[in-house]
Amino acid sequence: MAAADPHPIASTDADAARRAVEAVWRIESAKLIAGLARIVQDVGLAEELAQDALVIALEQWPTQGVPPNPAGWLMSTAKHRAVDVLRRHTRYAAKLAEIGRDLTSRPAEDDLAATLDPHIEDDLLRLIFTTCHPVLTTEARVALTLRLLGGLSTAEIARALLVSEPTVGQRIARAKRTLTTRRVPFELPPPSELDGRRASVLEVIYLIFNEGYSATAGGDWMRPSLCAEGLRLGRILAGLMPDQPEVHGLVALMEIQASRVRARTGGAGEPVLLLDQDRRGWDRLLIRRGLAALERAQALGGAFGPYTLQAAIAACHARATTPDETDWAEIAAIYEVLARVSPSPIVDLNRAVAVGMAHGPARGLAMVEPLNGERALDGYPQLPAVRGDLLAKLGRVDEARHEFERAAAMTRNEAERTIFLRRAASLRP
Amino acid sequence: MRYLVLLEATQPEGPPPAELMAGIMQLGEEATKAGALLDTAGLAPSAAGVKVEVVGGALSVTDGPFAEAKEMISYALYEVRSKEEAVEWTQRFIRLHHDLWEGWEGEARVLKVFGPEDFGG
Repeated sequence: MAAADPHPIASTDADAARRAVEAVWRIESAKLIAGLARIVQDVGLAEELAQDALVIALEQWPTQGVPPNPAGWLMSTAKHRAVDVLRRHTRYAAKLAEIGRDLTSRPAEDDLAATLDPHIEDDLLRLIFTTCHPVLTTEARVALTLRLLGGLSTAEIARALLVSEPTVGQRIARAKRTLTTRRVPFELPPPSELDGRRASVLEVIYLIFNEGYSATAGGDWMRPSLCAEGLRLGRILAGLMPDQPEVHGLVALMEIQASRVRARTGGAGEPVLLLDQDRRGWDRLLIRRGLAALERAQALGGAFGPYTLQAAIAACHARATTPDETDWAEIAAIYEVLARVSPSPIVDLNRAVAVGMAHGPARGLAMVEPLNGERALDGYPQLPAVRGDLLAKLGRVDEARHEFERAAAMTRNEAERTIFLRRAASLRP
Repeated sequence: MRYLVLLEATQPEGPPPAELMAGIMQLGEEATKAGALLDTAGLAPSAAGVKVEVVGGALSVTDGPFAEAKEMISYALYEVRSKEEAVEWTQRFIRLHHDLWEGWEGEARVLKVFGPEDFGG
């Protein structure tokens, strides 16, 4: 490190300084919390220590200038706090020992000196496995991951998830308590659990992405900040687990889906379906990154997992410059594999759409019919919508209109309802 | 949101110090692994480039080098959550040059790329 003089920030405005602190926080907080959690073996306490450092930064930086190495400053400040806490804890533990109580083992203070940086990637992995731990509910995993890995505030998480701030606060507090009471160690999962635990991490990240990509309720079709957050977490994970094909598969899927963000809403904010999108609006950089991630997933070999397969389907669309160029036969074939790897009525429904496009609406409809009794698709608006589309193509107009009206009654997304009703209206005799 | 960072500089004679190049590689890796850096590359001297412009109502094509005080050195494309985050990454990058290459002078322009957040909806 060269000159230790604080570099004055561009604007003397205190507000600008606060935003500069927040930017450093956004970049560094996950690493900070992860490094501290390894020392104190408690994610909740680690976050408190990191927050303490942030508070000190918010007090000092606006008046004294941002230190030359802000990340290192935050880390060493938080580390000092950690040492204080451990010292207090050690004294406390010694007292407990005097009166003959059991001690929970804590790492010795001596080990702290050289700890933080060299293991930071492992620490980040431990952190993400902890926030996505199966002892937590899915909602808690999402909130805790956004908070500890995304560096989002409780208020930001609440706004993004469309729930109240106290609800998010409680969710996070409860999650931290659960991790403590269930004695979840701050460790990488043992090899026997690794596959399942990794699947949970991927699921949480994709949930975050999807929460932003298509809101299921309310008038807002998109909450793109969560989309970007999911994508960012996926990219981080790909750096931490470069040899895992499904991690790259998930990143590929998100990159390609995110490439359509601009094209999938019209001028009035209404949703535009994939085949109706103006493909000139697709983000070529994200498509390129998505295709590259898919190649990495495929090059790593092994049986393709569900994310890689879905990414391969998304890639078929991304490669087609016009809807007519779409290789529907290939898409239908990938769906067939996906239906085996990860069977679900929704995959069957999408497969029916692809088959309908590749081999005619009659074949597609034949695959939709058995899905009518599926409980998992009960109230799922896409089922009548797909059926309606296939019926319309077969000229069965009255039945088709009825299906679109059903779809409109089912959806909770206002913009989607408009699309279904318009479709129904166009089928009036 | 996306920011394009364009670096212009007047560089001292000779190749950049190995320490600086190592620092740039390390920072680039860190920013990539943080999910922030989408794309970056260095630019060859303008002697290898061409200028295409409209002057006095006529289209003209001129081979480099261009007679500008500073050369364009590199570009970087970041995906971040705020302008300040882009500024922070850029400051780290510029600071490396300041600390590790005596006599180096330059500027980085941090330019916002239009994105969905700029068009409502």
